[in-house]
Amino acid sequence: MDVLDLTRLQFAVVTIYHYFFVPLSISLAAVAAGLEITWLRTGKDKWRDLTKFVGKLLIVTFAVGVVTGLVQEFQFGMAWSAFAKFYGDVFGPTLAIEGMLAFFLEATFLALWYFGWDRLPRLAHAATIVIVSLGTILSAFIILAANSFMQNPIAYEMDPVTGRARLTSFTDLLLNKVNLAAFPHTLSGAAMIGGALLLAIAVWRMAAEPAHRTLARLGAWVMLAGGAATALTGDHLGKVITSVQPMKMAAAEALYSTTRGAPFSVFTVGKPLPSFSLDLPWLLSILAKGSPTATVQGIDDLQAQYAAQYGPGSYVPMIPVAFWTFRLMIGAGMLAAAIAAFYLWRTRRGADAPRSLTRWLPLIPLLPAAANTLGWIFTETARQPWIAFGLTKVADGISPGLTSAEVLASLIGFALVYGVVAVVWFRLIRHLARQPLAPPADISDKSPALAPVY
Amino acid sequence: MITLWFSIVVLAWVLFFVLEGFDFGVGLLGPLLGRDDHERGAVVRTIGPFWDGNEVWLVAAIGVTFAAFPAWYAALLSGLYLPVAALLLVLAVRGVALEFRGKGDGARWRRRCDAFLAVSSAAIVALWGALLAAFVRGLALGPDGSVRGSGPGRSLAPILTWESLVGAAAALFAAALLGATFLALRTTGPVRRRARDLARWLGTGGAAVLVVAGFGTGSRLVLAAAAVSLAAGMLARQGREALAFALTCVGVAGSVVAVLLAHGSVVLPSTLDASWSLTRAAAAATPSALSLLTAFGVVILPGVLAYQAYSYFVFRRRVASERVPS
Repeated sequence: MDVLDLTRLQFAVVTIYHYFFVPLSISLAAVAAGLEITWLRTGKDKWRDLTKFVGKLLIVTFAVGVVTGLVQEFQFGMAWSAFAKFYGDVFGPTLAIEGMLAFFLEATFLALWYFGWDRLPRLAHAATIVIVSLGTILSAFIILAANSFMQNPIAYEMDPVTGRARLTSFTDLLLNKVNLAAFPHTLSGAAMIGGALLLAIAVWRMAAEPAHRTLARLGAWVMLAGGAATALTGDHLGKVITSVQPMKMAAAEALYSTTRGAPFSVFTVGKPLPSFSLDLPWLLSILAKGSPTATVQGIDDLQAQYAAQYGPGSYVPMIPVAFWTFRLMIGAGMLAAAIAAFYLWRTRRGADAPRSLTRWLPLIPLLPAAANTLGWIFTETARQPWIAFGLTKVADGISPGLTSAEVLASLIGFALVYGVVAVVWFRLIRHLARQPLAPPADISDKSPALAPVY
Repeated sequence: MITLWFSIVVLAWVLFFVLEGFDFGVGLLGPLLGRDDHERGAVVRTIGPFWDGNEVWLVAAIGVTFAAFPAWYAALLSGLYLPVAALLLVLAVRGVALEFRGKGDGARWRRRCDAFLAVSSAAIVALWGALLAAFVRGLALGPDGSVRGSGPGRSLAPILTWESLVGAAAALFAAALLGATFLALRTTGPVRRRARDLARWLGTGGAAVLVVAGFGTGSRLVLAAAAVSLAAGMLARQGREALAFALTCVGVAGSVVAVLLAHGSVVLPSTLDASWSLTRAAAAATPSALSLLTAFGVVILPGVLAYQAYSYFVFRRRVASERVPS
């Protein structure tokens, strides 16, 4: 592997890992806020206990998100300094403003919330978690604007003297049409994994904690709502991507020649030309352009067009990766939503879910986790060879002088530390789930020594 | 505009080093000042509600550096690739050890977290000291503003210097003094007593070393640091904890400002040829990006300072380290 491949691998590893904890934090913060507001309105202890429980899951998850997010802030300069230098004007402000506007809110108010149960008035306390939740959502919006610039570079002009990009409008940068489509899609995917974690834990601990019956159904509803929203927003995102990166959608479908009324193949064997394929007629044209008879551009035509436009070279991403990540993303997400719907239906009016279902439900978070990860792998690899589409290739973004030995050393370091952290995180979540939900009646809220232990 | 943004960058780094400085100091002193599980819990609780908000100043500082001076950010981080990667790893270990400590079960789990916290905090401080020394010394910048060199030692060499060694030692000393004065201010009971004693010894002992170093090098800055250290130690001895802590903060802030302003308008000197050094103007983003940042920064940062101050106010009560008879 040369230094470029290693650096890309490292970016993929640390970013995919980070993105396991981010959507969990987004959705758990929102759920905790909703639970606490419910507690304020009903005054029932059950809601307070559930709020505190979700809060513990949130704080452990958030901590991993913070330390791995720090790596993200640094690695554009460490490994991609050419990109950082030439697009810093456009890309830098998003990172800076995300930090100033959103991270401070999240970190400060999460601590106020977690440690402030007996120091803040009830309403102010509930307000702090609402602020945390808004902070996470704001953060997602701003950072997705940075990614959307890489998918669809806008709001810049090139400085003829320095050769560096110059930001022309921050509002335009934020309101990139890719961002407006990707942001709701990302939030829906986040809801699915957070709901799935709650469903998994609640089903696992239901025998010991009757209150978990509520949490399980809540988790399933969040998952189902997230699933429905993911499908709707994904459809819109697909159309936007078709308009700005037709190659990405052609790669997703392995559509080599431009086709009118293109089908969507569920399953294909053989490459480059399929020997067997299960097709749903017209579906690709509908997904990409919104009309069954619309023409979808094929890979070969796009390659010829790009070669004429940007100079010789291959502009085709890895087709099997794009093809399969796209399908498996949809499949994993839809399966997860279907299971959530099935669970809700079987547990309606207080019924118990069948053992054959509950035995496997603790594994349910793996499905949305896979869908989120595959979605990002698809989004990023099917943009290749570009780091910012049509503007700069990945190979031109890497830090000059960076050596394979350096990247290999840091990659091994990240893999080891991140691996250990993942194991510890999992064991802590399991440990927290085993704790009784309600505090022992006689000693609650009295001794300061029993306030959140650190 | 460039001067304004350079000042904001300096402010963000100063706030990070002061605020996280005492977090690191508390982390590395934990096993020394807390003799048992209960006392170490008290030590960690003094920073529990604050450390995460403080760490965001690092995100803000690096983010603002990136946005306002992209070429500086790019040269610094790519030129110091390996030490920065190591720094991020120990920062991860420390954050996780701190946050996971109270969530696990049993004294053995917490003891392990405390050990990781102390070692990682010390490593972070030492690495920062070495890195700051490398900032002052400069990197092998070529005429195009990128760092020269090849082989795995490329990015390690800048911190394998005696300046970086001194920097690491100085940073460890500063963080320990900051942590000790902070703990003296924020606790009651045996931890407070021990922290005060430690601050006294560190302050006066450090002053002695600094005086020798100051006269040896003829540096007025080092002599000023010696004076601050001595005064902090004496104030701690008299029980003027708030003043001792405040003075140490001023000392740390002054050192960071001195590092960032060491070469005037040059932000990163080239060790190869002085004319290849990176200046503020050459590293800066375009005026349009800077004015956008100004619009946000002027509105957001005072708000951030206000609500962070509010969180310090909410958790102003000292943490008890003595055992309450039950």
